[in-house]
Amino acid sequence: MKYVDEFRDGRIARSLAAAIAVEADSSRDYRFMEFCGGHTHAISRYGIEDLLPENVRMIHGPGCPVCVLPVGRVDAAIRLARRPEVTLLTYGDLMRVPGSGGVSLLRAKAGGADVRMVYSTLDALKIAEAEPEREVVFFAIGFETTTPPTALAIKLARAKGLKNFTVYSNHVLTPAAIGHILESPEVRKLGIVRIDGFIGPAHVSTVIGTRPYDYFAEEFEKPVVVAGFEPLDVMQAIRMLVAQVNEGRHTVENQYVRAVRPEGNLTAQREVADVFELRETFEWRGLGEVPYSALRIRAAYAGFDAEKRFDIPYVPAPDNPACDCGAILRGIKEPRDCKLFGTVCTPETPMGSCMVSSEGACAAHWTYGRFRDPAGGTRRAS
Amino acid sequence: MKAYHRKLDLKAGRVELSHGSGGRAMAKLVDELFHAAFANDELLKGNDQACFPVAAGRMVMSTDGYVVTPLFFPGGNIGDLAVNGTVNDVAMAGATPLWLSAAFVIEEGLPLADLKVIVDTMAAAAAKAGVAIVTGDTKVVERGKADGVFITTTGVGVLPDGLALSADRARPGDVVLISGTIGDHGIAVMSKRENLAFETAIQSDTMALAGLVAAMVAAGGDAIRVMRDPTRGGLAATLNELATSSGVGIVVEEEAIPVRAEVAAACELLGLDPLYVANEGKLVAIVAPEVADAVLAAMTADPAGAAAAIIGRVIEEDHHFVQMTTAFGGGRMVDWLSGDQLPRIC
Repeated sequence: MKYVDEFRDGRIARSLAAAIAVEADSSRDYRFMEFCGGHTHAISRYGIEDLLPENVRMIHGPGCPVCVLPVGRVDAAIRLARRPEVTLLTYGDLMRVPGSGGVSLLRAKAGGADVRMVYSTLDALKIAEAEPEREVVFFAIGFETTTPPTALAIKLARAKGLKNFTVYSNHVLTPAAIGHILESPEVRKLGIVRIDGFIGPAHVSTVIGTRPYDYFAEEFEKPVVVAGFEPLDVMQAIRMLVAQVNEGRHTVENQYVRAVRPEGNLTAQREVADVFELRETFEWRGLGEVPYSALRIRAAYAGFDAEKRFDIPYVPAPDNPACDCGAILRGIKEPRDCKLFGTVCTPETPMGSCMVSSEGACAAHWTYGRFRDPAGGTRRAS
Repeated sequence: MKAYHRKLDLKAGRVELSHGSGGRAMAKLVDELFHAAFANDELLKGNDQACFPVAAGRMVMSTDGYVVTPLFFPGGNIGDLAVNGTVNDVAMAGATPLWLSAAFVIEEGLPLADLKVIVDTMAAAAAKAGVAIVTGDTKVVERGKADGVFITTTGVGVLPDGLALSADRARPGDVVLISGTIGDHGIAVMSKRENLAFETAIQSDTMALAGLVAAMVAAGGDAIRVMRDPTRGGLAATLNELATSSGVGIVVEEEAIPVRAEVAAACELLGLDPLYVANEGKLVAIVAPEVADAVLAAMTADPAGAAAAIIGRVIEEDHHFVQMTTAFGGGRMVDWLSGDQLPRIC
């Protein structure tokens, strides 16, 4: 497959691995966080950790949009979907996410709710046009990558004069989450978690560019390398991070030059700014309330805002107290440290956020990596 | 005076509730469509059962329901699946499939022309696989209570002496083979789904594997531990089933697993893993190491196994995990599918 195989070449991977092994200082260790679930998935799926020396370790960050969606928002979507006049549309991986009491959109659908999976916001618009008697609600989630298509759909809906199309916005912002992790006491004050650098987002950065990361590199003195989602991209980014650490530098570097420009995609940014504005605060599953970390629909487009059209009271729903997702998302713990991992919490019956999507740290470790654990991913009864 | 006989309108007609109600309309449908296509002595007797002589030895039986959507897809239709799928389930025991039953649940309003294509396809597939459809049933349900047509087939075959293929017989050191490229069927069906139709030249691989199985049995005999066709859940599900049943682990080499470039590209686009995509004309075999080369040679000599390959081996492993050495050079698990990648694929 042209333009794909080149980035998955095993021979180049081995030579990069050899270079990292030589360049990594054996008298210290390196702990890098990949923010994005896309990177987490690539690392697990291609077995990248097997290619890294023992002293270079990856910490899986919170960049999985399905994972960080709080249970209260899933509950709200399920309540919406159960209204007889509503057709709720969403991306496929959100359908299985359990809300309170284990009820997911998939289960609500089995119970008669009109919930449908779409592949794009344009498909959602088509359904709204074809079925004018239905109240069509698009359950929108995602980081900066999926926000522009939602903005466009809202603008198109207005241009077409659609009266039965609304969006339940749960779009969140990457820099806010990175900042939240770096500001957390475990990382900043207590030093319990050492993060030596970040692999910066791939697709998100095509939209927002590399400049938003400058602050982290300067203020927290952490190197950031923006990287693509292919396994060789990840390997090269790790090598670049090792070099920065060795040289005592902390700048933002761009490995993903084939897609990311420093200023990002200005058209996309403009569309998003037209339609959306910042929320003062938003709850992230696993991280709690994060100030200025999410987007709501501007008043000018209120007619397309499901939160205005319908009465959707937000009822926070706590996670299982034994769930360690919050600590895992900040790099304080690893999936295998959680008491629930592999016992009551598996991809079939996820309890915590990191297990719900294949991009989550726990799901990736369960699906691809648990054979490395001493007990095969299942905790022995103690 | 001979009553005027109006034939089924196979061009513009549609299936009506009366076609399943046991009266004259049903007799006409059975006679002009099913009997005409499946013609064999046993079926044409018009009994509610088929009667056939049994040789001494063991018989094999399998049943399967087919609910694929859409009914017609590149490379075949539900009729191909209904015959080949059950023929293959019987053949995987190492058996020779001989007889099939076919039960149809038809939605009111299905064009008779579509039903005729499906039934003719079944007749052709049965002839090619060397089986006869000897008994059947027809039901019609109201519009909206089914999706076009659902077909259930049951197959019976005979098993040569000395064979005991079974999912619990894989042993450490055994060799794992696949008969060809994976993922073709699932991607072909998906390419025609309403909500994501995309242009592709990929055809379903639906085909009967009875001939391939016979050639493999001739080459490997009972040193073939087990065969299974990796349908829903794909290669990954089948390998996990076999590892669990046998209480062993399996290690496969990603580079050795044949995948068409078009299938790999479609999977890339849709975020799917070809390991989990359904096949309808492939088999996985686990064989003793001493016959691996002979079985592989027999497979590649058969058109149904031309792209066959050795993809891995059986290991001792406490957790019965399936692992893969990635083409990239790392290791990972190949876990069971969680959730449903593609519903109603067969």
